[in-house]
Amino acid sequence: MSTDTPRKTVLVALAVCLVCSVLVSSAAVGLRGIQEKNREQDQLKNILIAGDVLDNKKDIRELYDEYIQADIVELRTGKILAKGEYTEVLNPEKFEIKIVAKNPEYSRKLDAEEDLAQIGQQPNYMVIYWVKVQGQKTKLILPLFGKGLWSTMYGLIALDQDLTTVKGFTFYEHGETPGLGGEVDNPTWKRSWIGKKAFDESGKLQIEVIKGKVNHADSQTQYQVDGLSGATLTTRGINNLVQFWLSENGYGPFIARQRGMR
Amino acid sequence: MGKLKKIFKTPIILENPIVFQVLGICSALAVTSKLETSIVMALAVTFVLMFSNLAISLIRKHIPGSIRIIVEMTIIASLVIIADQIIKAFAYNISRQLSVYVGLIITNCILMGRAEAFALHNPPLDSLLDGLGNGLGYSLVLLIVGFFRELIGSGKLLGFQILPVNTEGGWYLPNGLFLLPASAFFLIGILIWLLRTLWPKPGQED
Repeated sequence: MSTDTPRKTVLVALAVCLVCSVLVSSAAVGLRGIQEKNREQDQLKNILIAGDVLDNKKDIRELYDEYIQADIVELRTGKILAKGEYTEVLNPEKFEIKIVAKNPEYSRKLDAEEDLAQIGQQPNYMVIYWVKVQGQKTKLILPLFGKGLWSTMYGLIALDQDLTTVKGFTFYEHGETPGLGGEVDNPTWKRSWIGKKAFDESGKLQIEVIKGKVNHADSQTQYQVDGLSGATLTTRGINNLVQFWLSENGYGPFIARQRGMR
Repeated sequence: MGKLKKIFKTPIILENPIVFQVLGICSALAVTSKLETSIVMALAVTFVLMFSNLAISLIRKHIPGSIRIIVEMTIIASLVIIADQIIKAFAYNISRQLSVYVGLIITNCILMGRAEAFALHNPPLDSLLDGLGNGLGYSLVLLIVGFFRELIGSGKLLGFQILPVNTEGGWYLPNGLFLLPASAFFLIGILIWLLRTLWPKPGQED
């Protein structure tokens, strides 16, 4: 039979598609378990890094269970959801910022002037993490995100138990230019956040990422973080997203509530 | 056996797909800012190239001319998805750095090029070796470019600090240009010039 008859053409096309689709779907299904485990481990690892409790010798899940307590916060009121109020989406174990931000039921559209971090749609609820050492809450880890130069950057900021001093800062996902904006991953720069104060005594938001290096003669030093050289727009993006998430539109009500509790 | 050896060896240097045919440049620019990503990309392309060549060669007598290209594309695309899934499962961090570029292997001209030029007219074993040879040729260029870009651009190799950089208190001032895709153009350009001077193609000299 010649290879170019219509019948043969259809037959070959069908056979190729069938074999290929079986191979592709078995690879996808067969490896899904491992892939999901990777994703979850990665997420937990980022939280442990932000809380500075990562120990490479120990199992990530065990460390997480030992040190971290996750809560869901309603941003507008600053209230922590009770366990009974958890739903399929609002559950610390399953909370996915990207999914919640897209779900109109659980998020709100931001006006242009409100939208400092340029995220468009803000979740009404966020997951937050406490670092607990021997049952004592020692740090608070807040997820934040916003636009850099090219990409939406997803990060975590850790605050001390005074809810003012920064204890750690890291981005776990971004697509900034390697070597320039990508220097957000530089350990030296990340360390420069530690010890900075996010708020002044009156509780007013003060922290900012400035362009260039912090002038140590300045009285504002304790509130200022060095910008990244060669990455003006990424630096501006980081400044905006930190200011946005720590403001009244972000975690402000929650932090105020936590302060009031003591 | 001399013929098989020749099929395998020529594409590594003498007919290197990047250097002498200038195919597959796009991915060579995108993923070579680090040696680690270059290695994974090189492995992925070699894997896909070997098996797409093998598969196409096996059914070459049955592929109708009218849907030839589509059949080739389907086979290549399936293999790329499988490679992508494997990388996501076993090298999660690297897969995040490679992002879309593994998927874009589908559009790598080397694959279609070898399928059309070789696998359609040659027996399976020859095609497999041709795929392996071309894959290794591509890998060679990727590794050379990745090596220099990571070393010069960030003073590291495979993530280990080789040259102490100034931001960490060392003496080496990294050249940020080497982290941008443009630098891969320069490196590949130098490589092409070097190899073509060393092994001129017949009729190339003016």
